[in-house]
Amino acid sequence: MNIIAEISRWAIPFILFFVPLYAYVHKVPVYESFVEGAENGFKTAIKIIPFLIGMLVSIKIFVDSGALGIIIQMLSPLFDSLGLNSELLGIIPLAVMRPLSGSGALGVATQLIYEYGPDSLIGRLASTLQGSTDTTFFVLTVYFGSVGIKKYRYAVKVGLLADFVGLVASIWIVTKIFG
Amino acid sequence: MVNLIWLAMLISGIIVAAATGNIDKVTQSALEAAELGVDVGIQLIGVMSLWLGLMHIAEEAGIIGAISNFFAPVIRKLFPTLKRDSPAMGAIIMNLCANILGLGNAATPFGLKAMQELQNENDTPEIASKAMITFMALNTSCITLVPATIIGVRLKAGSQNPTEIIGTTIFATACAMFVAIVSDYIFRNRRNE
Repeated sequence: MNIIAEISRWAIPFILFFVPLYAYVHKVPVYESFVEGAENGFKTAIKIIPFLIGMLVSIKIFVDSGALGIIIQMLSPLFDSLGLNSELLGIIPLAVMRPLSGSGALGVATQLIYEYGPDSLIGRLASTLQGSTDTTFFVLTVYFGSVGIKKYRYAVKVGLLADFVGLVASIWIVTKIFG
Repeated sequence: MVNLIWLAMLISGIIVAAATGNIDKVTQSALEAAELGVDVGIQLIGVMSLWLGLMHIAEEAGIIGAISNFFAPVIRKLFPTLKRDSPAMGAIIMNLCANILGLGNAATPFGLKAMQELQNENDTPEIASKAMITFMALNTSCITLVPATIIGVRLKAGSQNPTEIIGTTIFATACAMFVAIVSDYIFRNRRNE
């Protein structure tokens, strides 16, 4: 796995080195070309700010008020009735938070890892879940919003279904390997 | 659906806060979140400009075209509605590569760029195209080879083996990605969707 870590470490310096050099050799006015592309990045970043604010406000009120906590409590018996190891109940806050907020989920995962220990079942499960699914709901609203899409059709269903499968698969593999 | 989820989170949050005597928290959270949204956006200006600037160089040098051609057979299978030689293809591939390598801050610029290109080919500008939904399904379930952030947290928390979760993470993501691709395929080919 060290090789992969090394690739990640070298990827950005390599791209920064190779792309402009190669382009210059192929007669691209590299600096002007960069600025032209960067301008588009600037505009897009500004354009998504309203979508970021809209989503973050709603999510933060939902989480901070304790409404999320109530939903998590409601989900616990359901989790129990599925006959799962009750130790795994601790993962519910992360599972619910994960699709909504990246920083929120990282906060919950970090807290779980410290509370239960990184090498505990919950610690490993939280790590796996955090790494394996994305902030689906948040990404959808910001990406679609940035180009003015109002009707998402079946995108939310597909995304949340994949997240749910990611959760089930995480629980299964972590219990199987470390359980 | 999004309008409803957004409203439900907002309203239920305020009701719970009011019922538990935490109504001040609502004001504070709303203002904090609004500021955070701006902070995130401002930070994005830098990375977005950097990556899209580099991508523009790579485009003009023909690098993106070459990479697109290499992956084109796979991308065309996944995105049957995409035009041949679509400029979206390059951005989609860059986004997925960045995701796989765990370069989160590079993935977002390429992803947003891909959405712009897909929107250019969308006949119904307010309704998501099939290609867009496939892209979002791939993007949100994409495999990451090294979940660097969480490995960092585990390391700090004193784990004996911080990287031991890489295998389980890849397995879980692969399952999620498989279901994302299959369910997208099923929904896409359903009538009236």
